[in-house]
Amino acid sequence: MSTRVPLPYTPKVLELFRNPKNLGKMEDPDAFAQAGSPACGDVISLYLRIVQKDGTEVIEEAKFESYGCAANIAAASMLTEMIKGKTVREAWEVEWQDVAEALGGLPPVKRHCSILAVGALRRAIRAYYGGRDRRPDWLPEGLTMAEKQALEEEEFIERMYGGRLERG
Amino acid sequence: MTSDVRRLLEAHGRPEREVYLDNENSGWVPPEVVETMLPYFNRVGYGHPSITNRPGWEAFEVVQETAEAVARTIGVDPEDVHFTHSGTEANNLAIVGVARANRSRGKKIVVSAVEHLSVILPAESLEDAGFKVVRAPVDEEGFVDQDVLAELVDRETVLVSVQTVNHEIGTIQRVRGLSEVVRDKNADVIFHTDACDAYGRVRVDADAIGVDMMTLSSHKILGPKGVGVLYVADGVGVEPVLRGALSSQPLWPGVENVPALAGFKRAIELAFEDFDGANERVRALRDRLMDSLLERVPDALLNGPRGEERVSDNLNLSFLHVEGEALTVELSMRGVYVSSGSACTSRILEPSHVMLAIGRRYEEAHGSILFRLTRYHTSDDVDYVAGQVPEAVERLRRISPLGKG
Ligand SMILES: Cc1ncc(COP(=O)(O)O)c(C=O)c1O
Ligand code: FES
Repeated sequence: MSTRVPLPYTPKVLELFRNPKNLGKMEDPDAFAQAGSPACGDVISLYLRIVQKDGTEVIEEAKFESYGCAANIAAASMLTEMIKGKTVREAWEVEWQDVAEALGGLPPVKRHCSILAVGALRRAIRAYYGGRDRRPDWLPEGLTMAEKQALEEEEFIERMYGGRLERG
Repeated sequence: MTSDVRRLLEAHGRPEREVYLDNENSGWVPPEVVETMLPYFNRVGYGHPSITNRPGWEAFEVVQETAEAVARTIGVDPEDVHFTHSGTEANNLAIVGVARANRSRGKKIVVSAVEHLSVILPAESLEDAGFKVVRAPVDEEGFVDQDVLAELVDRETVLVSVQTVNHEIGTIQRVRGLSEVVRDKNADVIFHTDACDAYGRVRVDADAIGVDMMTLSSHKILGPKGVGVLYVADGVGVEPVLRGALSSQPLWPGVENVPALAGFKRAIELAFEDFDGANERVRALRDRLMDSLLERVPDALLNGPRGEERVSDNLNLSFLHVEGEALTVELSMRGVYVSSGSACTSRILEPSHVMLAIGRRYEEAHGSILFRLTRYHTSDDVDYVAGQVPEAVERLRRISPLGKG
């Protein structure tokens, strides 16, 4: 049963909500993933442009789209800023807590917005190597904690609204 | 935390133009109502209404006069008007108080699926005490069907609660007809209506609409927060739910909020002095806003009914492909203050139960925005809002991955 909760966003969240960086769809991305569920809840789309530099893969450009709350938009924007210029491997290491911290903190009920953003990133990275049929040594075979958390968020959305969706 | 909010407010800034349309969640209070309240903090009537001294008697006079003002406007005896400190408290008193006082007569409670949470949650809290709570479904405009309701009422039913006007989508329930079919099924049922969002906008004469109990809330008619009313017809058994020192209110302990009562009384006078005229003007403003937004914003849906069966001041629209909380923040920065029924605004990330009860799909509830106008708004205000909302929706649609195919 829905009740409200105070959401004292930080100035950084407000600023990135107002002027998101790296917003928009990317044509022909090298990697793309969505987290969330377009049918029933919040969605982040993440696009990566990956180039070879000195023998490693570097994220040259990252862009996002968001169908979500102000915190979701800010988290996605922050994440794209954080991973730009990083090697794919370094980007893989970014945790949702890092994103939340860079935003100056997120209200507890809004942490999942950051979890979904990082979930989208990891999914995009997996898709990137999946498409190339090669998994670098540093990329764990099994799902990491962050990926599981993102999946849990998605399952939570499905569980709560899945049944109702069928009516539509 | 406090300093965080301070920093948030500084980052937000104060928009050059502000239009407050969130009167549903918290009423804006007109200056003349505030003026009326001020003397009662420390010049007159600051005493306790049940103590034998002059400031106490002055306070009691305010309690009495406010009860009379309420009684006149809902056609009841002032003796049967009980004050609490909010609409939420009055609803809790109605549901839990009646259930406890009448438990020997039956243990079934029927409430509509679109009631305010301050009706639904107290009702469900009684399940532990062996009560069965049934939610009467509504159609896609929020109406409870007479036959459906009658079906749900049986010999075991002690209480039926159906609101007069829905707080989110403005549906004016046909309460009279509902109470008739309920009484045909079981003449002993106590019929309660939460009229918080009807009072001052729809005539709610208790006998005419056929109810035994009625809830009102001061801030819903632009009085101050902190006063609720429960009308209880003579002979209806209600057990107090809060315990403490009783004062002038036999069903609700604690010292009366006399300044707020004085403000509430003034708000009642203002709401009723030009009842029809003011409501017509508000309706015209609301329609202007509605028509303009539906015309200017593609993929927008009206939630709730159109026409005479929608309360004059309510507008609720779903803007597809955008999320409502983000839209409230975007609009806030443009000085337009509204709320949303989106899951993202909620403590446990569940959309408004009203939206789901009328069959709105998740993504439709997600972009819902509630506007509530007042007689203090002008057509300039409406035009400002009608200009800002399409731009705000447009900006968020550019951010969204949905709806671009
Ligand atoms: C229909 C309805 N009932 C009850 C309440 C609760 O009133 P209060 O805010 O005074 O607790 C509200 C206000 O949100 C309402 O809209
Ligand atoms: S996107 Fe729904 S709570 Fe953040």
